Amino acid sequence: MTYFVNITLLFLLVLTAASATFLVKELISSVIILGSYSFFLAIVWAWLGAVDVAFVEAVIGAGLATVLFLVTLFDTAPKDTRLRRPPPPLAGVIGLPLLGFLLLFVANDLPPFGDPASPAHVHISPVYLQQSYADTLTPNVVASVLMDYRAFDTLIETVVIFTAGIACALLLKESGS
Amino acid sequence: MMFELIGDWLQRPNYIAFVLLFLWGIYIMVTRYNLVKKLIGMYLMQTSVIFFLVTLSAKRDATVPILLSTTEAVQPEIYTNPLPHVLTLTAIVVGVATLGVSLALADAIYKKYGSLDEEEILKRLE
Repeated sequence: MTYFVNITLLFLLVLTAASATFLVKELISSVIILGSYSFFLAIVWAWLGAVDVAFVEAVIGAGLATVLFLVTLFDTAPKDTRLRRPPPPLAGVIGLPLLGFLLLFVANDLPPFGDPASPAHVHISPVYLQQSYADTLTPNVVASVLMDYRAFDTLIETVVIFTAGIACALLLKESGS
Repeated sequence: MMFELIGDWLQRPNYIAFVLLFLWGIYIMVTRYNLVKKLIGMYLMQTSVIFFLVTLSAKRDATVPILLSTTEAVQPEIYTNPLPHVLTLTAIVVGVATLGVSLALADAIYKKYGSLDEEEILKRLE
């Protein structure tokens, strides 16, 4: 039963991605459907137990990314957003199926989906789960790892975002004058 | 051999979805001429990799990584793995920051050359 729910969710996910890129004719609709794809990813992640990632995806992915796309589209001419489908280049026809075949061929080297004994689950993550409350007094392990064990990583991440903001401001200012 | 391969795939539906979304994103980036369309492909690729990491953190019969009791000893097998969640949180935010910079670049290109179409821009560059 759970397996079929799983498969259905993944199928719907791929379907929204498909409609965002292939089925609709305008870029604006494409972008809105991409936002719905992000919300759908947030549902999948809440279902997988990654609630913090689901929050961030709903706010940053579905909200902020869609707003950025829409602002760009409103800033550019609508006549330029028509869809043009050139014949795909040789790399797209031969290279990508080959890459896909290679990726699928090595599938059995990965642990099965949801396997509790996979290497990622038995190596270091139990230590974090067991000791984080004693170390940080925070029941949410994701928050304690993000803001305490890896606080410098999070600090430098804000530097990255600050740099991106400066780059955006400079680009838009120069093109405006 | 072929049946074994299909059996392996059915145990890893998350990996199949990841490969589909990833190749799809690259395909859109390679084939489309419109710059915003290319960025939509890039966004699909980013989310596919994040999707792969988060699904690796899933455990059967496990709940969210928030401790149910702070006084008893923790049983790690009833919580999903929190470490990929932390890494993907950073990846989502940085991904959207780079997306914002690329959209600003597309906007600047449009203001300078009057088009978002790749061939059109190349024509006007000459």
